[in-house]
Amino acid sequence: MTLEEIRERVGGTVAVDVEGASAGSCYVGDLLSDIMGHAGEGCALVTIQNHLNTIAVCTLVGCEVIVLCHGRPVPPDMAAAAAREGVAVVVTPRSQYAAALALKELPPADK
Amino acid sequence: MPARDYAPVILEGRPKQDDEILATRPPPDAATLPGGGGSEVIMELLQRFKVRDVMNRQVACVARAAPLREAQRVMRENRVSGVPVAENGRLYGIVSVNDIINALDGGWIDDPCETRMATSLVVLEAGMPLAYALRYFNNYTYGRFPVLDADRRLVGVISQRDVMRALLLELTVEVRKLERKVSDRQLERPSDKYLHREYAVIRNDLSNAGKAANEIRQILKDKKVDRALARRVAVAAYELEINICIHSHGGVLTFILADDKIIVQAKDRGPGIADTEWACRDGTSTANDWIRSMGFGAGMGLSNSKRVSDAFEIQSEVGKFTRVICAFDRLVPREKIEKAGSAGT
Repeated sequence: MTLEEIRERVGGTVAVDVEGASAGSCYVGDLLSDIMGHAGEGCALVTIQNHLNTIAVCTLVGCEVIVLCHGRPVPPDMAAAAAREGVAVVVTPRSQYAAALALKELPPADK
Repeated sequence: MPARDYAPVILEGRPKQDDEILATRPPPDAATLPGGGGSEVIMELLQRFKVRDVMNRQVACVARAAPLREAQRVMRENRVSGVPVAENGRLYGIVSVNDIINALDGGWIDDPCETRMATSLVVLEAGMPLAYALRYFNNYTYGRFPVLDADRRLVGVISQRDVMRALLLELTVEVRKLERKVSDRQLERPSDKYLHREYAVIRNDLSNAGKAANEIRQILKDKKVDRALARRVAVAAYELEINICIHSHGGVLTFILADDKIIVQAKDRGPGIADTEWACRDGTSTANDWIRSMGFGAGMGLSNSKRVSDAFEIQSEVGKFTRVICAFDRLVPREKIEKAGSAGT
């Protein structure tokens, strides 16, 4: 699923655009170790964690798209790190559950 | 003359609280402390050292009734630009060199110090980390600050020179240690393929946590280590780095890349884990709410590290240290075994 398709489905805006970013699965989580332990490569991460360490975790698990819920803002240091590491960020006003429902075509990324 | 050559004055007694004159400012917000992008070793030292470790304890003082001429004499003999007015450990004010110049000019050099001294003072607390003291030096133009203990007694004076001297001494020790290590390693391992890195990890420094793991990830990428193996190593490094940061008093993350194996070791300076078996279970965590709000403290740090490692070891002694070693086999990585297994079925 392309970044634009994800943005459209979750009714959000692209805060950090990365050309060619896409997702083949989806994982929902707010605890970074949980994400590292269970999310797989190439997943979209649905979360409320709007800080720098979320990008670090995405680079470790190989996630290219973050869907940030409840309209949480993307801090400048997070946006800079995301752009540098090639991780796209979409901000949606929806909850994690509602965003995940909107992405139901993606299979679970659970390891 | 160095500050330590002050004439010793014994300061005793507990001050009264009813007519407090000290205008202490609140310590600066921790978020504004120096260190963003600064040396981690220096930041660690600035947090570890307290004002009391660095301050000069021998303080030349004058009494309230002493004439300004006496303060002038003390300043001249000790080559300082200000002298505390204190009695029995209680600080009443400070007479500066400007007060002396004004007194000479105005003809009141024989007046008692208490009539001309500055009474609105900025003081430091003996237990403050040195990082806070440096903020005061940055925020105010004073060259030195009086230091009070928890009972508001004057226990010393700290100058920028004292801070610099302490840091230089400690850095010299650290550099010597480093030089010895580098020299030893060069003798032991002449191979270009052997790589050793150490990263200081500071307690609660979440703005820098993850940087060591990120650098390790980059090294593995540059050295073209198998992608899946590199990911496992980076996950262990990240988890262990965060663990040192949020659960310990600080420590060191060590990364070793050899031809046949990769080692990631985390060693901290306590507080130690009483039950390491319990700590390695999924979902067990002692993280506080603040840590959890940042997305940490899922209680999976050690279990994740163990899961991604080919060999895992944890040792801990309560009150002393915790050491975790994650080892990875480069010759027969688990990805190859898994691939061979699935091809055979």
